[in-house]
Amino acid sequence: MNELFTEGAPIRDERAPDGPIEERWDKRRFGGKLVNPANRRKLSVIVVGTGLAGGSAAATLGELGYRVKSFCYQDSPRRAHSIAAQGGINAAKNYRNDGDSIQRLFYDTVKGGDYRSRESNVYRLAQVSAEIIDQCVAQGVPFAREYGGLLDTRSFGGVQVSRTFYARGQTGQQLLLGAYQALERQVAAGAVEMFTRHEMLELIVIDGVARGIVARDMVTGEIETHTADAVVLASGGYGNVFFLSTNAKGCNVTATWRAHRKGALFANPCYTQIHPTCIPQSGEHQSKLTLMSESLRNDGRVWVPLDGGDTRAPGDIPEDERDYYLERLYPSFGNLVPRDVASRAAKNVCDEGRGVGPGGLGVYLDFAEAITRLGRDAVAEKYGNLFEMYERITGEDPFTVPMRIYPAVHYTMGGLWVDYDLQSTIPGLFVIGEANFSDHGANRLGASALMQGLADGYFVLPNTISDYLARGPLPKVGDDHEAVVAARSAVTDRIERLLSVDGDRTPDSFHRELGALMWEYCGMERTDEGLRKAIDRIRELRAEFWSGVKVPGENEELNQALEKAGRIADFFELAELMCVDALHRTESCGGHFRAESQTPDGEALRDDEHFAYVAAWEYPGAGEPPVLHKENLEYENVKMVQRSYK
Amino acid sequence: MKLTLKVWRQKDAADKGRMVPYELGDVSPDMSFLEMLDVLNEKLILDGEDPVAFDHDCREGICGMCSLVIDGTPHGPQQATTTCQLHMRHFEDGDVITIEPWRAAAFPVIKDLVVDRSSFDRIIQAGGYVSAPTGSAPDAAAIPVPRADAHDAFDAATCIGCGACVAACPNASAMLFTAAKVTHLGLLPQGQPERYDRVTSMVAQMDAEGFGGCTNTGECTAVCPKGIPLETISRLNADLLRAATRG
Repeated sequence: MNELFTEGAPIRDERAPDGPIEERWDKRRFGGKLVNPANRRKLSVIVVGTGLAGGSAAATLGELGYRVKSFCYQDSPRRAHSIAAQGGINAAKNYRNDGDSIQRLFYDTVKGGDYRSRESNVYRLAQVSAEIIDQCVAQGVPFAREYGGLLDTRSFGGVQVSRTFYARGQTGQQLLLGAYQALERQVAAGAVEMFTRHEMLELIVIDGVARGIVARDMVTGEIETHTADAVVLASGGYGNVFFLSTNAKGCNVTATWRAHRKGALFANPCYTQIHPTCIPQSGEHQSKLTLMSESLRNDGRVWVPLDGGDTRAPGDIPEDERDYYLERLYPSFGNLVPRDVASRAAKNVCDEGRGVGPGGLGVYLDFAEAITRLGRDAVAEKYGNLFEMYERITGEDPFTVPMRIYPAVHYTMGGLWVDYDLQSTIPGLFVIGEANFSDHGANRLGASALMQGLADGYFVLPNTISDYLARGPLPKVGDDHEAVVAARSAVTDRIERLLSVDGDRTPDSFHRELGALMWEYCGMERTDEGLRKAIDRIRELRAEFWSGVKVPGENEELNQALEKAGRIADFFELAELMCVDALHRTESCGGHFRAESQTPDGEALRDDEHFAYVAAWEYPGAGEPPVLHKENLEYENVKMVQRSYK
Repeated sequence: MKLTLKVWRQKDAADKGRMVPYELGDVSPDMSFLEMLDVLNEKLILDGEDPVAFDHDCREGICGMCSLVIDGTPHGPQQATTTCQLHMRHFEDGDVITIEPWRAAAFPVIKDLVVDRSSFDRIIQAGGYVSAPTGSAPDAAAIPVPRADAHDAFDAATCIGCGACVAACPNASAMLFTAAKVTHLGLLPQGQPERYDRVTSMVAQMDAEGFGGCTNTGECTAVCPKGIPLETISRLNADLLRAATRG
């Protein structure tokens, strides 16, 4: 494996104060330098991305009086993909008096992450969770209410308390619109300058410090440089490396990957979350996958035919020729096992040739029993909107035919490495939300992504960034500075290169092939042999891309094929690092399952002795093997145990 | 199935634009409408032609980025469905389908089927928010909201800002979009302090952007993929009247 990476010096978080975990956030806020309000207007911050993390951060920094430039690739900041989150947002409010506390949310998150996250960060997340709900309610987010007018909550996977606040099945939309409205208020106030239809293509680093970005105006093609005293990346996750995922079509890794190439370490890239209940692919043309809420597993029963090759309609298969495999394998949790376990079990039965639907890539989620038990009306009341959504996409009615579901890539826990201040290894470059690696370890719990995005954007970053900005304003950087000129020409050279290949394959065809490869070898189950095969093939495919891609048109126009091609080029580089990371981590943990590391009955087996660390990767230069820096994970407040759902 | 597509092609804002016919075979009924356009674009790229530009992102009916007037109807023939969720099984083999951009003075065409909807953002900037700076919030349970109000506020708040209402309106009015936000915030206790300034400023901005006036034709709500009710417009008008008379 030595030829694939080298190992460098260990790394550690220097920012979290010592002492009792519950006092660390207070201590850090007190220890950090402040910027006096009159000086804030002399300081500028660039925020890339306008999802929950970026939108809330830009709005809050604007309210504090900093000069903010906010960037998104969509036509409006309101469209960022946080908007698609369905279920809810966790908070340790204990409004139910059911034994919830900051300590319990902290514990659940560390355990859910399979003991691969940093204690200090997760504890702080649990601490600020309650403030998030207060903030969102004050903004007018229409959360679900009880008859008495107070907030309603529900339970979510992997926990025993009811701490999930929600707005029907559209919680992400409502929270994002809250952040968006706060952001637009700051735009109106002149505190935030908004750049829509702009894509960050390079980071500008001067004397080792992040000073700005190069962005392309996606309407005119103009390559712009923007400089500031600090840069914040809130550009989301990289699930689209798999081509098919529940991410929006435009989601990409370019902003974080460009920063990685400029010196920011990339942590745990192999940690991806695969959601068990998505609508299966219907054919070659498929462009994305749609999630069906996890809540369906409360009443739906998952099964496949007992024997492979059974092509009868589901209704014609008698009870004793069905295999309700989750109930059989996990009698105590049954259909409600955690996401990673349910996903892998579905893959296993399909690998055995017992999958259903086109290509045999699907399992039944059957509501017949629930309809008999509860009545059709009660089922419609609970799941009606989801059933409609399913029918719209598949043309099948779940009241009469069982749903077909299959796992799909949903979220990426890995991301740029950050310290307790959410600062990357490049001073002045901060990373928030899904784009960083910080809080979810090897597996994220349901309803925790929204919590982390808003915690980072509203409460953590605005406090920690002042300690950095207090040293500013930094010397002004002109457009003619050599680092700015170099960053800009790196971008224009790359665009010219993409446009000049003039090969015979479309960008999407390469992306599909890369995605299929990653799904096969770096998806739900990974092996030494498969990952090595994948790395070889990724390298070949990348070479084929640079000699065979056809990008029509020119730079100086709205050119969607060019946008895609640039993103795919970065996905190729990320894909290789993901495979190297997955290959080096020979244990199984959370969403990362190595076939070689399982218990006798086929469950994920962690290796705490050798792998209780964050793998932070350094980019050493093109063609050089990446350098691994380990951050040791120490657990002082939770005891590490092996998860079991039998 | 085989289709004939008549697609609006316009190189840039300055170009006059025209309908261009394309023949497309091998369309599967399981494809979404946008996946069908993906197939067309793959073909155009390989033929050395310029692919058709269209806006899209989440492809699950919630981000509001996709648009398209399909056979004369914004978001196409299926009710309460965005273009990205419309599937080809609703069309027949041999169909001729026309595809055009949103058309409104306040939504200028950028290229092909892509329009500039930043006017919507500016309407929100004019007052579509509650002024609640981060950190200033009381405990969430301190503001009870009657369940029915929370329910109605939520219904209005589900607007995805796609602009179909404008595209369908004979006056190209943005009344339904504006009214949805006025209703969402106006129904909640948190929205009361700014309620009347909000409606006045947002309507003024709507006019300044060049959107037309509302004449209650109701086309907007008929095409709205989220079913925002016409009643929100009555609420807006009532608040506007109240704002004018309270001085």
